[in-house]
Amino acid sequence: MSSNNRPLSPHLDVYKLPLSALLSIVHRGTGAFLSLGSVVLVWWLMALAGGQESFASAQSFMGSFFGCLILFGWTFALFFHLANGIRHLVWDAGYGFEKEAVEKSSLVVLGAAGFLTILVWIVAFTFSTGA
Amino acid sequence: MSLRSPLGEAKGLGSAKEGLHHWWAQRVTAIALIPLTIWFAFKVAVLSQSDYQTVLACIGSPWSAALIVSLIVAAFYHAALGMQVIFEDYIGHKAARVGAIMATNLLLFLLGAAAIIAVVRIALGG
Repeated sequence: MSSNNRPLSPHLDVYKLPLSALLSIVHRGTGAFLSLGSVVLVWWLMALAGGQESFASAQSFMGSFFGCLILFGWTFALFFHLANGIRHLVWDAGYGFEKEAVEKSSLVVLGAAGFLTILVWIVAFTFSTGA
Repeated sequence: MSLRSPLGEAKGLGSAKEGLHHWWAQRVTAIALIPLTIWFAFKVAVLSQSDYQTVLACIGSPWSAALIVSLIVAAFYHAALGMQVIFEDYIGHKAARVGAIMATNLLLFLLGAAAIIAVVRIALGG
């Protein structure tokens, strides 16, 4: 390396991540997961467009235990990325950088993601008798 | 201590030379996706136990179809921009990095196109 007085990046394996750092990498992880998971959305729409039979087989997979597990992870990733993304937009506007504000908004993000995930599943299981 | 190299200071640019459009497009799609994803997630939840005809009619109604197509365009564009940043950060080898970004862009385009075709077909009752 030509420039030798630059600081080293933190050694992540001997360093306990603060909550804000953990949420930062989880934001990236959920983003990648959702990009991959977009296949589920495409598959569902294709099945619906394909007719009654293909739709029924897609629905029965989604309704299975394994399907629900994937969808549960999918919805949590979606709502986490959504809530934390809104926090990023607030940061982009220049607000909320103080340490206490970041610690508080981390908890708000987790709470909102959990709340929306549970809410959408309650809706799916209770208010689902036709459109 | 300044972290900029003398050459970097002289040029006054980061290593990428550009990126405002990428940054801005990521934000615009993010803002569009806030209402669209909340709306779509709860719509699918409400429809989760409905029969084929009900789902077909609900997804294929003109406003629904228009909003879903908007969601698909914003989501896949947002995904492509985000995956690009991940590859740029973690893949050091230039050819591998460019290849990964290109492959991801093409794949996400294909998936987005497939999803839009599906929605159009549903909306037109094909």
